[in-house]
Amino acid sequence: MSSTFDQVATIIAETCDIPRDTITPESHAIDDLGIDSLDFLDIAFAIDKAFGIKLPLEKWTQEVNDGKATTEQYFVLKNLSARIDELVAAKGAGA
Amino acid sequence: MQLEYFILIDRILDLNIDEKTIQVEAQVPQHNTIFEGHFPGYPIMPGVLLIESMAQTSGWLLLALMKFERMPFLAAVKEAKMRGFVSPGELLTINANVLHEGSGYAMTEAKVSVGGKLKCNATITFSHIPFPNPDLRRHMDAMAKRVGFPQQAIAHD
Repeated sequence: MSSTFDQVATIIAETCDIPRDTITPESHAIDDLGIDSLDFLDIAFAIDKAFGIKLPLEKWTQEVNDGKATTEQYFVLKNLSARIDELVAAKGAGA
Repeated sequence: MQLEYFILIDRILDLNIDEKTIQVEAQVPQHNTIFEGHFPGYPIMPGVLLIESMAQTSGWLLLALMKFERMPFLAAVKEAKMRGFVSPGELLTINANVLHEGSGYAMTEAKVSVGGKLKCNATITFSHIPFPNPDLRRHMDAMAKRVGFPQQAIAHD
């Protein structure tokens, strides 16, 4: 998990020009780091490439809009990293 | 090319779904009021319109890949480089390929050439959504026929 978080934090720091040491596992990408939806596309692109996955941004956004999930579940970085690990594992399992 | 209607491409020359590439051509008009201001005595095609031509070219490619079920909208332009002037009357060849297909967004690389000489290129990001209304879908169907979009690539309801 820490490895995934480190990669994600580095991606965010480089993509959005945010000091790496201000990014923690508890950081909320939107509320704490001020990343907007357009900038998040660049982050998603870098994550997709780095991990060989496709972050289901549309599904997540829909779930948040429908009240079925909170932004914290997907955009707090420790949770985002966990979702990435799940997607990587699912891909590895051939799902 | 009909600048007044913001139609920046004329014809699809090649669309390769497997390779995720497209090539189109566009004839820059010999006369247009745009050239009276850009620039007096030295008319050149505005760079923003060259960027739009690359965006429209990429858009047709994405429409094809999404089987005409979703509409791409320009979201970001990166690394746009104007490498040479484009003059009235010149024939543009515009190529685009998909760099990445994400969830609800896609990125392309595109370039404009004249006579084999590279004039500009860019990396372009699109967000895409289901067609917001039937009118837009019908309009895009009509435009598709006009630019020679392969009809088998269009899904119908």
